[in-house]
Amino acid sequence: MTTISEIPAGSINEALPTTLFRFATAGSVDDGKSTLVGRLLHDSKAILADQLDAVARTSADRGFGGDKGGIDLALLTDGLRAEREQGITIDVAYRYFATDRRSFILADCPGHVQYTKNTVTGASTADAVVVLIDARKGVLEQTRRHLSVLQLLRVAHVIVAVNKIDLVDFSESVFRDIEADVQQVGRELGLGADGISDLLVIPVSALDGDNVVDRSERTPWYTGPALLEVLETLPAADELESHLESFRFPVQLVIRPQGALAPDAVAAGLDVEAYRDYRAYAGQITEGSVKVGDQVSVLTPGQAPRTTTVVGIDFAGASLAEAAAPQSVAIRLADEFDVARGDTIAAAGTVREASADLYAALCWLSPKPLREGQKVLVKHGTRTVQAMVRSVSGKLDLATFKLEGASNLELNDIGHAQLRLAAPLPLENYLHHRRTGAFLVIDPLDGNTLAAGLVKDHPGDHEDERYSI
Amino acid sequence: MSTSLTEETQVTEAGVSTRLSSLDTLESEAIHIIREVVAEFEKPALLFSGGKDSVVMLHLATKAFWPGKVPFPVLHVDTGHNFPEVIAFRDRTVERLGLKLVVGSVQEFIDRGELAERADGTRNPLQTVPLLDAIQQNKFDAVFGGGRRDEDKARAKERILSLRDEFGQWDPRNQRPELWNLYNGRHTVGQHVRAFPISNWTELDIWRYIERENIELPGLYYAHQREVFARDGMWRAVGEVSQPREGEEVITKTVRYRTVGDMSCTGAVESNAFTVSDVVVEVAASTLTERGATRADDRISEAAMEDRKKDGYF
Repeated sequence: MTTISEIPAGSINEALPTTLFRFATAGSVDDGKSTLVGRLLHDSKAILADQLDAVARTSADRGFGGDKGGIDLALLTDGLRAEREQGITIDVAYRYFATDRRSFILADCPGHVQYTKNTVTGASTADAVVVLIDARKGVLEQTRRHLSVLQLLRVAHVIVAVNKIDLVDFSESVFRDIEADVQQVGRELGLGADGISDLLVIPVSALDGDNVVDRSERTPWYTGPALLEVLETLPAADELESHLESFRFPVQLVIRPQGALAPDAVAAGLDVEAYRDYRAYAGQITEGSVKVGDQVSVLTPGQAPRTTTVVGIDFAGASLAEAAAPQSVAIRLADEFDVARGDTIAAAGTVREASADLYAALCWLSPKPLREGQKVLVKHGTRTVQAMVRSVSGKLDLATFKLEGASNLELNDIGHAQLRLAAPLPLENYLHHRRTGAFLVIDPLDGNTLAAGLVKDHPGDHEDERYSI
Repeated sequence: MSTSLTEETQVTEAGVSTRLSSLDTLESEAIHIIREVVAEFEKPALLFSGGKDSVVMLHLATKAFWPGKVPFPVLHVDTGHNFPEVIAFRDRTVERLGLKLVVGSVQEFIDRGELAERADGTRNPLQTVPLLDAIQQNKFDAVFGGGRRDEDKARAKERILSLRDEFGQWDPRNQRPELWNLYNGRHTVGQHVRAFPISNWTELDIWRYIERENIELPGLYYAHQREVFARDGMWRAVGEVSQPREGEEVITKTVRYRTVGDMSCTGAVESNAFTVSDVVVEVAASTLTERGATRADDRISEAAMEDRKKDGYF
């Protein structure tokens, strides 16, 4: 039976994981994604003995590895009973593991059922996405589809793992051909060419572990890092996006206790008089950073931006001099404006006027199709407004990256549409603002999420033209 | 309370360059979710058992609304099979924070004949009916839970906001996609939402956070002497609802609990972790999952949690 080696007590404490990194995996049927995920979890010791025993028993029952035994790593990510019964994976599953450098959140996105929905969901929060390719099959249509979804969602780091390299005898020429194909698709898409994202190709064998955690001696022609090395060292999105001029803070709620102070805080010596008129705006910084003394604009839909000064940044009793994304804080302002949930506080003068005309790319995630004239809800930041679909201007052919004429969108389609909003929103181009450029389309009848929306510039502005989607 | 910035903060000409630690990032995410639910729902409540995950949840809530009070009640589904020290801890905490406590009692449902005691005597699965009843009676439209995705493979597929029908059922095949940090909590009359702000935390994160924030827990989470007997490969405490059968020898051991639930089916582990930092080291080096090590009810079948969740369990 397989056992994991003992982790010496104390070693983990000495090297605390310092940062959090979110990544997703995407692949086609049978390209070994479950095995790769199992390998990462296993080799990073995230799998505990009782889980491993269960998998070893099932592996033996199924005769995995013949007489030699061994465990089927894919079973480590085996999901719900409903999935096992049907032999499919229904939904995104989240996994957790850590190395000495980082804690990882892995969104494991199934490839065959509703792959667009799953990939969009996993990629929306990911700092990086690992796309799998079977070395024997090379770039498939679904690979192109995955890559175009990742380009659309502006995933900062795209890693293509060319798996099953052992099954092509660790052939350099096979790998180089696939690598060239991937780079060609990347160029067509603009992936890795625009300074926002990068594209990396790695030869791996998930089954044997080559280039997954450690560099393999069986691929001497590959001198790059192993997959886990890459994941450990890539900058997370928040580390890249911390610029003062892009400070954005959607107000979630107003903290105004009016005497109803927390008893434990009062017991700990809180000055009740000083907090009698306390008023702060609670939220999570979605982008950029802010310091006490900064000039900021309060954006309230339907009103001109109001400029004021930050006089305090509070967090649970601590006064901070500055704060950055993705911190949750409470901000106090110099002027007693009427600020409410749904308003946005932003670095002064950096946000254009709110607009009721919304041009967007929509990833349609519902079995109910989108029709022109349809009434929907749009959830953007901390505000939800009614909207009407004015027109659908096209549907993306993910294999060719071309926009085709269309008047509706169906499940897993990605298309362009124009919506008219019942109230203006501080919309920003998703290209540059991954949070304030994103929105949900919601069905007002049953409340279900219909689509992931990405704000585009108005057709008159030409910034988007460089990108095919 | 500690600040949330790490010492690595640097102010440069380009702005503030801050690298949050993974705990700070998880804390910030959880507080964002708690505030979203409070802002968007009429009547939320927090499921509070006195267990470590719910204690961390409550601690996060106090930070989210500081210096104001936590703006929702706590709900305890009481199995009647409690560790007395956990109930005492619960009452003390509620008092300290000035909260309203709502209790749903499994015992009352059994006494009224609306629930039947199980043959194996465990009451964890019986919590679903009193839970749904309390949600309906109090018209709670959102209930915070301390569920974590690393606990179980069914929970690995749970959403942060999980829509439940009037029967409280979880339908894993029909979940809303959850995109960016935009949470869709829309629901119709009769439906409610379960909210899991610490979905992305692991057991080790929880313990590191308890250590960092100096959060008080019921004493049984730390090593102590207790009369126990062996059953199903676990150490069971001797108590009112948990008595040894013939042939089960009672001995005194130094143990601690990794989870706190129905006393009759929650096992202790042998441990010398007397302090929170001892526990962090122990959990980091552990080779068993917390449920595998200490929950008899999760050993019943591979899909035990999945089945309970579909029926309305957390």
